Amino acid sequence: MSKNILVIAEAKDGELRNVSFEAIALGKKLSEGGEVIATICGDGNLENYGEELIQYGADRVVTAVNPELKTYTPDGFTQAYKAVIDQENPDGIVMGHTSIGKDVTPKLASQLETGLISDVTEAEEGDDGFVFTRPIYSGKAFEKKIVTEGLTFVTIRPNNIASLEKDGSRSGDISSIDVDVQNIRTIIKEVIRKTSEGVDLSEAKVIVAGGRAVKSSEGFEPLQELADELGGAVGASRAACDAGYCDYSLQIGQTGKVVTPDLYIACGISGAIQHLAGMSNSKVIVAINKDPEATIFNIADYGLVGDIFEIVPKLTEEIRNMKVNS
Amino acid sequence: MNIYVLLKRTFDTEEKISISNGKIEDDGAEYIINPYDEYAVEEAINLRDAHGGEVTVVTVGEEDAEKQLRTALAMGADKSVLINTEDDLEEGDQFTTVRILEAYFKENEPDIILAGNVAIDEASGQVGPRLAERLDIPFVTTITDISIEGDTVSIERDVEGDVEKVETSLPLLVTCQQGLNEPRYPSLPGIMKAKKKPLEELEIDDLDLEEEDVETKTRTLEIFLPPEKQAGKILEGDADEQVKELVGLLKNESKVL
Repeated sequence: MSKNILVIAEAKDGELRNVSFEAIALGKKLSEGGEVIATICGDGNLENYGEELIQYGADRVVTAVNPELKTYTPDGFTQAYKAVIDQENPDGIVMGHTSIGKDVTPKLASQLETGLISDVTEAEEGDDGFVFTRPIYSGKAFEKKIVTEGLTFVTIRPNNIASLEKDGSRSGDISSIDVDVQNIRTIIKEVIRKTSEGVDLSEAKVIVAGGRAVKSSEGFEPLQELADELGGAVGASRAACDAGYCDYSLQIGQTGKVVTPDLYIACGISGAIQHLAGMSNSKVIVAINKDPEATIFNIADYGLVGDIFEIVPKLTEEIRNMKVNS
Repeated sequence: MNIYVLLKRTFDTEEKISISNGKIEDDGAEYIINPYDEYAVEEAINLRDAHGGEVTVVTVGEEDAEKQLRTALAMGADKSVLINTEDDLEEGDQFTTVRILEAYFKENEPDIILAGNVAIDEASGQVGPRLAERLDIPFVTTITDISIEGDTVSIERDVEGDVEKVETSLPLLVTCQQGLNEPRYPSLPGIMKAKKKPLEELEIDDLDLEEEDVETKTRTLEIFLPPEKQAGKILEGDADEQVKELVGLLKNESKVL
């Protein structure tokens, strides 16, 4: 039976996030021939986003507009999404498991009195509707869940569900609703940017991570150069964060972020269970470590035994040369 | 100030996970306070020391969680509550946990509720924001700094690595992120005192809830382990040779470049 699925899209730094396109792809699958409606909220000028969402597979777009929706607040965005949900009455909702997704979807689910299956990495058709796979114990195990009552509401982990091919010839209706937003109880005073160039760790296709062997905050510079060359982001092990070499927001592991990039380059990371839990489901893992016995080599696709300060700059240069020559 | 902490008992982060009879094998496993909840306990104690009042630690779970509640009391919390669902609930999800907590908090008047931003086992991250919504109070997630003056609360939170400064007011629910504080170890006198501190045990019946109120909205069908990763290739030669070979492999074999 066909269903109508609402995809909640989001933009960061003026661009739609990839995970929103991935959410459309899942929405399409869940809709079983029904309609995929994408929504995005903001303080205006959302038409360009609307067109791109359609090119990535949405059938129709509803934008929710109010000056109060310039920046994210749980109260503001929940009211906007609720207005769209009331108008569209969808059978299912899909959003990215991003900072905003994690924050707003539980509130919305609580208001709608529905379940919410968060951080989904896969969906397949089962006997009682769709079955959703999600990691537990930071990816040391997985569980398969179904919705037993009410709306199908899921958030998806970035980089796991392939988005549909962009089709510039697709067109669809883009409508806008003016939403009433009131009583915002948390006020954003200021945002201090600490991340470089907008490649977010949880969405990065390539991650270069450093451990205790990086030795200092300056020691992260060659890793950053490699990450920049690959269009990726820098991460760290708990040991490196605890030692004060970098900010806790870079920590990958069971405490910290759980990531699944296409390429993970572990530099001077020994491979404690707590770290492995956060990255072992990466598609390709490269480990560089002085100690040939380091545990990280047990899960690495390619291991390089040697000094990171010798190997990493050479690797950056080799990749730069490869790009120039190709 | 009426300060509450939501606490969950979890596997130690160094535990390996195995499965028997379709469930996570917990025989002999080491348990800890969920690390993010530990930040919440520490911050609650600091807030009480600065503003007065009482810290109550609440957990929804099984009898065995008493040990983690005692640890929180030994750190310096004043009271603890175990809402024991062992006999009443076959299966729970975030919806049911929040229903139970909502019923509990309806009979108490929190000024602030602190929770971890996520539990390292099921990692849904839903309970905090869901509960705030049910109690009709604001929430701020992944906080790394908090100060309270009168009814005004100033918070710094981690948003994908950036820092967002937020102003809000009590009553409030916050979820704690790494970097907020350095949780203390329980002292020996603290452990001795904790033995005498109140640990109240409640069941669903005590909370004016019917069984149908706590029926889940989702169900787990299966738990499985990821395929074991095979150890790969250790590259030979000096640094230059290794790097050349690696780039070739990444480009031609695994096709990620």
